[in-house]
Amino acid sequence: MSQATETEVGGEGRIASVSGPVVVATGLDARMNDVVYVGEEGLMGEIIEIEGDRTTVQVYEETSAVAPGEPVETTGEPLSVDLGPGMMDSVYDGVQRPLDVLESQMGAFLDRGVDAPGIDLDREWAFEPTVEEGDDVGPTDVVGVVEETETIDHRVMVPPGSDGGTVETVREGAFTVEDPVAVLDTGEEVTMRQEWPVREARPTEEKKTPTEPLISGQRILDGLFPLAKGGTAAIPGPFGSGKTVTQQSLAKFADADIVVYIGCGERGNEMTEVIEDFPELPDPQTGNSLMARTCLIANTSNMPVAARESCVYTGITIAEFYRDMGYDVALMADSTSRWAEAMREISSRLEEMPGEEGYPAYLAARLSQFYERAGYFENINGREGSISAIGAVSPPGGDFSEPVTQNTLRIVKCFWALDKDLAERRHFPAINWDDSYSLYRDQLDPWFEDNVEADWPETRQWAIDTLDEEGELQEIVQLVGKDALPDDQRLTLDVAQYLREAYLQQNALHDVDQYCPPEKTYDILSAIKTYNDEAFDALDAGVPVDEITDIDAAPRLNRLGTTDDYEPEVESIEEDVAEQLEALY
Amino acid sequence: MKEYQTITEVSGPLVFAEVDEPIGYDEIVEIELSGGETKRGQVLESEDGVVSIQVFEGTDGIDRNSSVRFLGETMKMPVTEDLLGRVLDGSGNPIDDGPDIVPEERRDIVGAAINPFAREFPSEFIQTGVSGIDGMNTLVRGQKLPLFSGSGLPHNDLALQIARQATVPEEKREAAEASDEPRAGEGEGEGGETEFAVVFAAMGITQEEANEFMEDFERTGALERSVVFMNLADDPAVERTVTPRLALTTAEYLAFDEEYHVLVILTDMTNYCEALREIGAAREEVPGRRGYPGYMYTDLATLYERAGRIEGQDGSITQIPILTMPGDDDTHPIPDLTGYITEGQIYVDRDMNSKGHEPPIYVPPSLSRLMDEGTGEGLTREDHGDVSDQLYAAYAEGEDLRSLENIVGREALSDLDNTYLDFADRFEAEFVNQGFDTERSIEETLEVGWELLSMFPKEELNRVDEELIEEYYHEDAEREPVEADD
Repeated sequence: MSQATETEVGGEGRIASVSGPVVVATGLDARMNDVVYVGEEGLMGEIIEIEGDRTTVQVYEETSAVAPGEPVETTGEPLSVDLGPGMMDSVYDGVQRPLDVLESQMGAFLDRGVDAPGIDLDREWAFEPTVEEGDDVGPTDVVGVVEETETIDHRVMVPPGSDGGTVETVREGAFTVEDPVAVLDTGEEVTMRQEWPVREARPTEEKKTPTEPLISGQRILDGLFPLAKGGTAAIPGPFGSGKTVTQQSLAKFADADIVVYIGCGERGNEMTEVIEDFPELPDPQTGNSLMARTCLIANTSNMPVAARESCVYTGITIAEFYRDMGYDVALMADSTSRWAEAMREISSRLEEMPGEEGYPAYLAARLSQFYERAGYFENINGREGSISAIGAVSPPGGDFSEPVTQNTLRIVKCFWALDKDLAERRHFPAINWDDSYSLYRDQLDPWFEDNVEADWPETRQWAIDTLDEEGELQEIVQLVGKDALPDDQRLTLDVAQYLREAYLQQNALHDVDQYCPPEKTYDILSAIKTYNDEAFDALDAGVPVDEITDIDAAPRLNRLGTTDDYEPEVESIEEDVAEQLEALY
Repeated sequence: MKEYQTITEVSGPLVFAEVDEPIGYDEIVEIELSGGETKRGQVLESEDGVVSIQVFEGTDGIDRNSSVRFLGETMKMPVTEDLLGRVLDGSGNPIDDGPDIVPEERRDIVGAAINPFAREFPSEFIQTGVSGIDGMNTLVRGQKLPLFSGSGLPHNDLALQIARQATVPEEKREAAEASDEPRAGEGEGEGGETEFAVVFAAMGITQEEANEFMEDFERTGALERSVVFMNLADDPAVERTVTPRLALTTAEYLAFDEEYHVLVILTDMTNYCEALREIGAAREEVPGRRGYPGYMYTDLATLYERAGRIEGQDGSITQIPILTMPGDDDTHPIPDLTGYITEGQIYVDRDMNSKGHEPPIYVPPSLSRLMDEGTGEGLTREDHGDVSDQLYAAYAEGEDLRSLENIVGREALSDLDNTYLDFADRFEAEFVNQGFDTERSIEETLEVGWELLSMFPKEELNRVDEELIEEYYHEDAEREPVEADD
């Protein structure tokens, strides 16, 4: 059940035992996954086990002082979210309670037993019909739009469960989310508000193969390890390696229509940073405020663990709703490890038989269910929409062999491995180019060839080969020193250094460098390749390697990332490099 | 209040008793022994008819005839501004022979989470006077920045140095937008610089270590503005699980009711986690990694996340938890989970210590996540970020070359490489090694940084903005003539 409905509460039991977030009730007639209210204070919880007369409930709030004998009431409905206009520009907790409303109700600290609907029930939205009386509509068909934010037109849809029918009346004007905006001949009233149980995927027609990249504005991602719209990616890394910075860069710059950002069990200050920054930052596509296309779900590490378990479902259900409207949605979950740990914590309180490292045996199943809700879809209403899911993983001790990383890798097709060594050298984003991969490369190449440059795949392959070669040479350098290498290998090291510093490194805090369009990504790489080709020509002509690497045009490559008007500078560097090198022979 | 003489089982720190009324989860329990002694505990699990109780002071002496009283409330901390200057035991009772504490209020020690929407992002620079922190891993108000240390390392000296020296420099404070009217320093505050109230929670440290802290607090007069909670090594382990919560409840009161800037030092978190494991084992829970309970991340988060700032409030809580990494291994669950919650970490390092550097901070793996927000023009100095990046990069290069030097020798390396090696040595000996009694302002720290960076030719400083190089570079520094193509 969602926060907005006042459902008849049926079936009352009483508490038999309390242990942390797990409460056992007896005498309760309820279904699995139904939402219940626990104790005198009415704390929200969800049924997670039924055994004989004993019903186990995970409670989304602190349970101090809750005692056996207190009542437990079921609502008879599963945990659901309210879907409708007003979700963009909102900040929710793990069960879709808006945090700004909670603050106004109970101050700076989160008290318990307070409910607030996920969308504002009183606000009126200007509804414009897109169907006429007499039109036939089916489930999820769009009947009209409201301007949700300056960026997003919210398409009002017939609920997926509807049988459809002929539009009898449809009204233009200002309505609340509960007012009917259209009435079908079946008597069904269509409102802007829908409810959907979070653990169930919204229906679609067909999942398709994604062929368009989700441009992230990060050179190493777009250039070497691209993600498709509708794709799945994992960012694992030890603490301090920059998972959150990477996730936030993606949330800021990814060319999705909608961003759902889930802060799952992470730091309070980090969420505050997002809450403070996003409204100030412009969306690179539209120039409007970033929040106008963003929905934040903030369930920090010290907020109740059961709500952490549910927050990823809340997030993906909201994402699916916008996908149904035909939007490309990017969903970031930071971090899925905290979600897995919440499962582990609940499971251990249930005294379930543990699987690997104490995680429940159903860990892999839950992870794959979650990631499978992402994809490029043809919706029931015929529109196409996508959800790209990007999950951060926080492996204990940075050890990628642990269960959450391994189970995630079996599902996702893009792997961006963060590396502590790189982070310690302040090489950011600290994504390791040897360990990372993207299985979308081949299916996205045609797009890059058509929209950026025809030799995009070849240039990329050259960069990968050079970096590979550098990796091997570095091992030798560690033993004998750089000066003992032959000239051509020393030159390769020099080129690879530009690849690392001018291309792979990107300053997330620099106004210009933080977002790099794919054309610029290509140009920087191709400038480095020009230097490489010219330099090897010079070497073949007998110029000593020290003289080649000493030319003063090449270091200018390093400042390309931070150059706003890069095109003339790329040209000028390429010319100067050629000129200076040719002067040597 | 009912008294029960119904204890059915005593196991480790846990006592099970039968009851005939509902008992709230987390409620406080008093157990009176046959000898008249009273112990306190907390309800860990409450079922119809049976409760399990975790006893703070250890279960020895408890028998079937001991009587159990349920106080009908969860654990509370009496809070008042008068706590400043007091020394309390790990359960919050005064042990300094001072007057009785008259509380303003009694607060639940399980603090509520701060609504992320109500937080204010920390951005006020705290000058600790320690170059390794200020220059490279800047601390800001409302941050939680742990010291990752090992047994036998001088982390306490570093913590004390920070507690002693921490200030927010005047002009920086005026520049910082968020601080309208910070509290003027009490006592001997220099030039109106802000002073901190210190809340110090000791968990399972030895009497000797405790004396070291107390003597320093008394010597410097810091005790007057401190609240000290002492759970020593021979105090009951279970009590350690409440000590930090009492301390943080006190800190929250001082910060958000009395508008103090509170620095909370928690030492040693390793002992706290051992206590958690002990309770978990006694309850026969399914263990997570290395036998620590699966909920340790959540549990630690409920402590660390109580640091921060709240929008519209003057006070703040800054946390410096100290933990000793078993076997100096930072992948051990305690430092690992801590690192995932805190906003960075400072490594206190054995090698640096054996080289005699004070404080022995090892910079490369250390990190302050909030540094970028608290540094730069108007906050510290315009060149701070670039200098720190360049120092990091140069030191990393120097460290790489050290391993090469071990194989091929110094002579086989180029002049530039040799400069990097010299730089790495001087960075440790001059920048990091400042002594536990030296206080450096941020300007002094950056000056030392520039002195070291000026060992390199200007072209080598590729992380520093050219204008800044012009302004701060020491033209007259001693430099080996470096030619790339000799």
